[in-house]
Amino acid sequence: MTKLPNTTEGIGTEPPATDAFIKGLWRDNPVFVQVLGMCPVLAVSNTAVNALAMGLATTFVLLMSNVLVSLLRKVIPKQVRIASYILIIATFVTITDYAIQAISVELHKSLGAFIALIVVNCLILSRAEAFASKNTPGRSVLDALGMGIGFTFALFCLGAVRELLGNGSLFGAAIFPAGFQPWIVMILPAGGFFTLALWLLIFNAAKAKTANA
Amino acid sequence: MNASTQQPKQAATRSGKMLRAMVGIGILCGLLIVLTYEGTLPVIEANRAEALEKAIFQVLPGTEATRTFRWTGNGFAPLTAGQTSEDELIYAGYDRSGELLGLAIPASGQGYADVISILYGYDPAREMIMGFYVLESKETPGLGDKIQKDENFISNITSLSVPLNEDKTAVANPIVPVKSGQKTQPWEVDCISGATISSRAIGDMLSASTVRWAPLIQAHRSDFTNAKN
Repeated sequence: MTKLPNTTEGIGTEPPATDAFIKGLWRDNPVFVQVLGMCPVLAVSNTAVNALAMGLATTFVLLMSNVLVSLLRKVIPKQVRIASYILIIATFVTITDYAIQAISVELHKSLGAFIALIVVNCLILSRAEAFASKNTPGRSVLDALGMGIGFTFALFCLGAVRELLGNGSLFGAAIFPAGFQPWIVMILPAGGFFTLALWLLIFNAAKAKTANA
Repeated sequence: MNASTQQPKQAATRSGKMLRAMVGIGILCGLLIVLTYEGTLPVIEANRAEALEKAIFQVLPGTEATRTFRWTGNGFAPLTAGQTSEDELIYAGYDRSGELLGLAIPASGQGYADVISILYGYDPAREMIMGFYVLESKETPGLGDKIQKDENFISNITSLSVPLNEDKTAVANPIVPVKSGQKTQPWEVDCISGATISSRAIGDMLSASTVRWAPLIQAHRSDFTNAKN
């Protein structure tokens, strides 16, 4: 299992509420900084639509589980907290699965088995353990939204590049001229690793530049 | 009360609290799942029925009305509206005048990533496949999913010949998937270069399904024409 991020959340002076939202977008971005939830990041980011749909589904599960964990934080004994969080997360994943089937059969077909795998996305469990179990529902909502949007943004960054180079299209619309030869490797698992490495390089270079400035 | 009797009591209290918390969360989660299931079930079933109907109209071009039949073991019996059956189902398509246009038959087989489920149209009068529609597939986007997008592949399955022998009891030339560009016979399927396993899976499942169904359909063709109204 992926190591939970080193965090001081819930300890000492409480940072402003907006910080709970903003940190997930950039400073503690779940993909580019914490490198959490790599299974869906690499597997479902082969097209921009799939990446966005998976990002939004994960955000919904993260939001709802954070709210429920935060509401129940005083009644869940610490000995059974992880089992309780998994139960809560699995419930919202099941709900999301039904909701996606109700929204679109086609979308459900394209996301395949990866919806069920949101249960084992360590981003969600880490937010329940590191934040929601120690903070109020309001702050937990902000944290979930920040982390969820940050996760969706990262997935979209990967999905857009992989679809563009691997298929010559974006959201299904052809971008390159007819003669463009798609880079098939980009939509294969190897392309996921290449693109993630590229984005990590860009992200870390940008952070280093900001820190030195 | 001394310390030795207090410790077991505290442990029992902790266990009770843990049990209450887990049972409570279990009940709450169960309730949420059941409520969502009940709430979304009609929409999900309607979506699936709509997707199936769309598929039937796509594989049987020109269809104005459809009717569902189940295989009883001795023949095909029509299903009335709202009736369900555990038997294998086949969908008949009729034109405006009520003439049988063809039959939509479900088939499935192992692809590259997982089982691929399709619906294909079969014309019993001309003994040929009219087209196919992928109902479920987890094939690799950009590669295996070409079975749904590659125009050459789709067109070589449309009008694919499934000739029966003289007494109509068996398929004379079962469908054979061949390498891309090597098709020479009307019952051969030209596979897709770069999606060989997925396209071969389609050819194989069409072959197995037609070998089984085509003679049965010919033997019981009157079941479909008699039930058109």
